[in-house]
Amino acid sequence: MSDKVKGTSTSDPVGTGAKADVGSRKKLSRRTLLKGAAAVAGAAAGSDAISGFPTIWAQEIKDIELRHVGVSYSVVKAIGDQAAKDLGFKVTMQNLDTSAAINRFISQPNTVDIADLEGWQAKLAAKRSVIQGIEVKKIKEFDNILPIFTKGEIDGHKIPRQGISPYEAMYIAKPDSADLNDGVTEWATFLPQVYNADSIGYRPDLVGHEVTEWKDLIDPKFKGKAAILDVPAIGIMDAALCFESAGLIKYGNKGNMTKEEIDFTCNKLIELKKQGQFRATWTTFDQSVQLMAAGEVVIQSMWSPAVAAVRVKEIPCVYAPVNVKNGKEGYRGWCNGMGLMKHLSGKKLDAAYEYLNWYLSGWQGGFVARYGYYSPVPSTAKKFLTPAEWAFWYEGQPAPEVVNDPYGVPMEKTGTKRDGGSFLDRVKNISCWNTLMDEAAYMNKRWNDFKVA
Amino acid sequence: MTRRCKRSDFEAFADMQPGPSSAPSLAQTTSRANLAGWLYVSPLVLVLVPFFVAPILVVLAASFFATDGFGGLTPGFTLASYVEVLHSALTLKLYLATIKFTLLTWVFTLIIGFFVAYFLVFHVRNQLLAIGLFLLCTVPFWTSNIIRMISWIPLLGKEGLINQALLATGVIRQPLEVLLFSDLAVVIAYVHQLTIFMIVPIFNSMARIDKKLIEAAIDAGASRFDIMRLIVVPMSKSGIALGTIFVVSIVMGDFFVVKVMSGGGSASVVSAFYEDVGVLQYPTAAASAVLLTLVLVAIVSLILRTVDIRQEITR
Repeated sequence: MSDKVKGTSTSDPVGTGAKADVGSRKKLSRRTLLKGAAAVAGAAAGSDAISGFPTIWAQEIKDIELRHVGVSYSVVKAIGDQAAKDLGFKVTMQNLDTSAAINRFISQPNTVDIADLEGWQAKLAAKRSVIQGIEVKKIKEFDNILPIFTKGEIDGHKIPRQGISPYEAMYIAKPDSADLNDGVTEWATFLPQVYNADSIGYRPDLVGHEVTEWKDLIDPKFKGKAAILDVPAIGIMDAALCFESAGLIKYGNKGNMTKEEIDFTCNKLIELKKQGQFRATWTTFDQSVQLMAAGEVVIQSMWSPAVAAVRVKEIPCVYAPVNVKNGKEGYRGWCNGMGLMKHLSGKKLDAAYEYLNWYLSGWQGGFVARYGYYSPVPSTAKKFLTPAEWAFWYEGQPAPEVVNDPYGVPMEKTGTKRDGGSFLDRVKNISCWNTLMDEAAYMNKRWNDFKVA
Repeated sequence: MTRRCKRSDFEAFADMQPGPSSAPSLAQTTSRANLAGWLYVSPLVLVLVPFFVAPILVVLAASFFATDGFGGLTPGFTLASYVEVLHSALTLKLYLATIKFTLLTWVFTLIIGFFVAYFLVFHVRNQLLAIGLFLLCTVPFWTSNIIRMISWIPLLGKEGLINQALLATGVIRQPLEVLLFSDLAVVIAYVHQLTIFMIVPIFNSMARIDKKLIEAAIDAGASRFDIMRLIVVPMSKSGIALGTIFVVSIVMGDFFVVKVMSGGGSASVVSAFYEDVGVLQYPTAAASAVLLTLVLVAIVSLILRTVDIRQEITR
């Protein structure tokens, strides 16, 4: 779909049209190629996992089906297929958008087995008693999960708690507690599986200087050429980062604003909209890629794989390194984890634990690393990455050789460095986390004011 | 329908009055007629009750519940959600925005739909050809309406075909930004999607106009404008009314086209309560939904009051 749209919108319709064709053909071979690669990797990963089970178990679990439900960037079919292959039971991946997902977890909990939750959704799901606590002891790699999640720190650096940090949402006191527990316990609400630090994507050729501050997004220079994310809960935080960066306001907690702070932020957004600052707002990954690739915008809040997708089209695009300075800037962090729904029991629950353990065993960590996301257990992911991939994605070093995306398409040339640098450079500069504010209803209303203004 | 039913009920009742002796046989026929009536409506009832009436009752109930702000509903009766929705300036702005799109879409679909139907009925002499052309109008609808909508993006964009053509011919120096991610783009997409809903009913009612009537008018010296004004338009009223109902209810109930074609720059009544659902504010979302339903019912009954569709159709 996006190929087609792009084909006719660029300056060279014929050329790109042809390319799109090649692309779709390539996809076919890419898929087969992936299958082959997956089989090899699966054999490597699975050998130890499968041989561990007695045959009777293997017979019993054959009929089990786990439904893993969540957003498309976190719940990926290729990963589910691999898990099913390694574990011997059926795994179905189902995608919904953020708001449809949380609504389904809450209103139809029995139609989901593994809920893919963000920190704030884990808090809600616990509150609504639709999930059961995950027994930490049963997670083999739990001790190897980065302390970002398990202890709220990394490398001596305290993880900020503006918004709902994964650590904050991680624990409950008892398996059926409805309220989060501040501090480490034996029971987890969710098991982190994929996360990243979000910032701004921009066209270096059209912006003309290096962007390291959020305020460039609201710079009048880019009037009519900027875009912002239209998921109210997250979009308002991106806006807050901009306004704080421009020195217009200092928030108590960007992730949990007061009504006055919400009013200030939305009024300022309305003002900017009336001045024509925003060309558009976007809600899906594809839309952000499209906006950038078609030249509609030159700077916008963006997600890492979207930047990569623009670059694959040979359009220069940089993911701005917005390191924390003077108590401003910083990335907006997010983390998705897996929650066990309350109705799971018996063999199905055992299978779910196997599934969680499989997730942290490395294959998935390697897969998501290739589009710029991180694994909570990098030590296992490393085994599934080539030294060049590891150096590029995690260590922030110049790529020793060409780096491919998860489907084997060359993405980064030799010598390029990851925007923002190494894993530690990036995650230590996260200044706030995705959230649902206490004043969410009010915020939502004001956000709609912005939309209709 | 109701009117006719009532009258026949009354007649049956009146007939029963004079002689009790004839009552049993009459009662028998009425009950048989009743049974047949129920059988006629039962398929519709079987569809409407579980898929329309029941859900709307659930929404209605939810709109009176209280919430803890985290998706939890407390059964009870409170008007808080309605007070909030009705007291909000946002509601008014959303309705104004939605009504603006509705009116613009209605005007353009009506003009285009009317003249397409007029051409097909009165200017294409060969009936086979007319039906063929009519079917041609439906061809775009063989693809998904999402595809039909996003196909406008490469045409209208900053680097789209229209801008490129205008730039190349030197008509403009800067690409026109108003073409995409604007109200204009929203209306274009709506008109493209919904004109067929005007063409079909108007075509249908025009096709019933007796051609001899028009011949007679011509013989009597009426001008083309008079024929249009005094014959064609009045006799196509039912088609126009039906088309209007389709277009108005679809536009007012939509949020996706607004979202995509305005580039998120505009909102509609539905998109706003969709966002409410996203942050688990079910009662306010439900109250907004009920309000929208009432508004639509009012609009539709206004249309039905202006044009007696039933009478026109059975004419």
